[in-house]
Amino acid sequence: MAAATASRSGLRSALPLLAPAYLWLTVAIFLPLSAMVFFSFMTELPLSGKPWAFTLGNYAAFFSQSLYLTLLLASLRLGLEVTLWCVVIGYPAAYVLAKVLKGRSREAIFLLVILPFWSNGLVRIFSWAMVLREGGILDTALNAVLPFKINIDLMYSYPAVIIGLVHSYVPYMVLTCYLTLQAIDDSLIEAGRSLGASRLQVLKRVIIPLSMPGLVAGAALIFVPVVGSFMEPRILGGRTGTFYGTVIEDQFVAVFNWPLGAALSFILLAVVLVILAVASPVLRRAA
Amino acid sequence: MTTTRILEGLGRLYIWLLLAFLYLPIIIMALMSFNVSPFYQLPFEWTTEWYASLWQNDQLIAATWNSVEIAIITTIICVVLGSAASLALYRYEFRGKKFLQALLFPPIAIPWLITGTAMLIFFFGVGIGRGLHAILLGHVALALPYVIVVVSARLQTFAPELEEAARSLGANQWQVTRRVTLPWIMPGVIAGGLFAFAVSFDQFVVSYFLATPGQTTLPVEIYAAIRKGFTPEINAVSTIIIVVSMALMLLTARFFKFGGEK
Repeated sequence: MAAATASRSGLRSALPLLAPAYLWLTVAIFLPLSAMVFFSFMTELPLSGKPWAFTLGNYAAFFSQSLYLTLLLASLRLGLEVTLWCVVIGYPAAYVLAKVLKGRSREAIFLLVILPFWSNGLVRIFSWAMVLREGGILDTALNAVLPFKINIDLMYSYPAVIIGLVHSYVPYMVLTCYLTLQAIDDSLIEAGRSLGASRLQVLKRVIIPLSMPGLVAGAALIFVPVVGSFMEPRILGGRTGTFYGTVIEDQFVAVFNWPLGAALSFILLAVVLVILAVASPVLRRAA
Repeated sequence: MTTTRILEGLGRLYIWLLLAFLYLPIIIMALMSFNVSPFYQLPFEWTTEWYASLWQNDQLIAATWNSVEIAIITTIICVVLGSAASLALYRYEFRGKKFLQALLFPPIAIPWLITGTAMLIFFFGVGIGRGLHAILLGHVALALPYVIVVVSARLQTFAPELEEAARSLGANQWQVTRRVTLPWIMPGVIAGGLFAFAVSFDQFVVSYFLATPGQTTLPVEIYAAIRKGFTPEINAVSTIIIVVSMALMLLTARFFKFGGEK
């Protein structure tokens, strides 16, 4: 009883400090997300002056036209491939940072790795265009070194999209894996080694299981935005860069079928929430 | 022992390869912004022509000022609202606190494509409309959770006895906050503010859906230019952006360690 009154008075004191921030989040995030769900069941936007009605048609469009499902699967595959590459490239780097480098050089290199990740993502994607196009830097450099003539024109291809996205997101994986690897006590590794385990066995039985939360967190942080990406495939993929995200973009900026766009967005949101829900037990076990 | 040496050497080499992968395209873009050829042809010849022609491009300059203004206003609003909310979450116990803290994660975790299109629909539907005010409304909401998380992390290191001591010496709630608590959390507040500035200044997706032809931000303008065709002017302005945002990040790192060493 006493606890209940205490918590009520706590809320009364907290409310003036909390209300502005949470009101803002409500108006700009939570209400829009709810409105999106609502509009996805409409034939027209109610404010456009045209008559509107409730419909399941926007969702029926998703399930009846194989195009949308195919694109969603293509986006999920893109997300999976990018995530895998980020694990392959990022995890060893995180290990070296956490367990090999020491002191100031570790701090400096860690900062260098995560520095690009807050800089402008659009600009970083754009910078790859100059490297990957025919007559670009990669082409010129390889032809200068190699004795035979080859043509490198990766621009506007699926590999270009993969390269750009891995470049954008690999710092996430390094960051989350570094944090969990750093927390592993070195004496655990030494104990395993002195009991006769090989390096590979220590890696498989001690290091990877203990750093699993970092891997899962990094994978979730990468997979979710990649599935919803549209700017990267547009710039680096050209005509081959049609994915689920670019179709949603089209509904809002080109075709102007907002209710369909809302339905497609909401389906993506549902997929994202399922993935986060699956990942969360692993993360909670770590916390 | 020698195997260990070799493995460590390979590890170091690997890190440098990763850094090359991360920085090479950016460095090449920066170099090309100083190259004479507008089609990025080699050999390289030095020029500052593209930076000079940037100054003539009124559209890009207007968009740049919009970006800077929105980022500054976003920072101020986020720092004030975010610090207040963090203090409340730290100081008081009440039912639903866990829920309020959990509410901070959807804005961070949901892809910006979904948040952006949802804002577009809602703002259009209730009459807020599109334009710079809508972009500001969105940017504050995106940056606010980051500020609350960063300031709360700093508050975790605060000793509540300090507040008790000040209160027992006769300070009222406002004096305690202003003289004791705020100075302590200042590094967190500054780091949070820099985060907010970076989130807003680099934000593309949400701005893209909320912009109108006359009222855009720099990233939206750059995206439009890229889709029309690459130009060295875009390289020049992109180089400026990347230098500014990396400098900001270095500044942030001075105030806030990213969960690394304590």
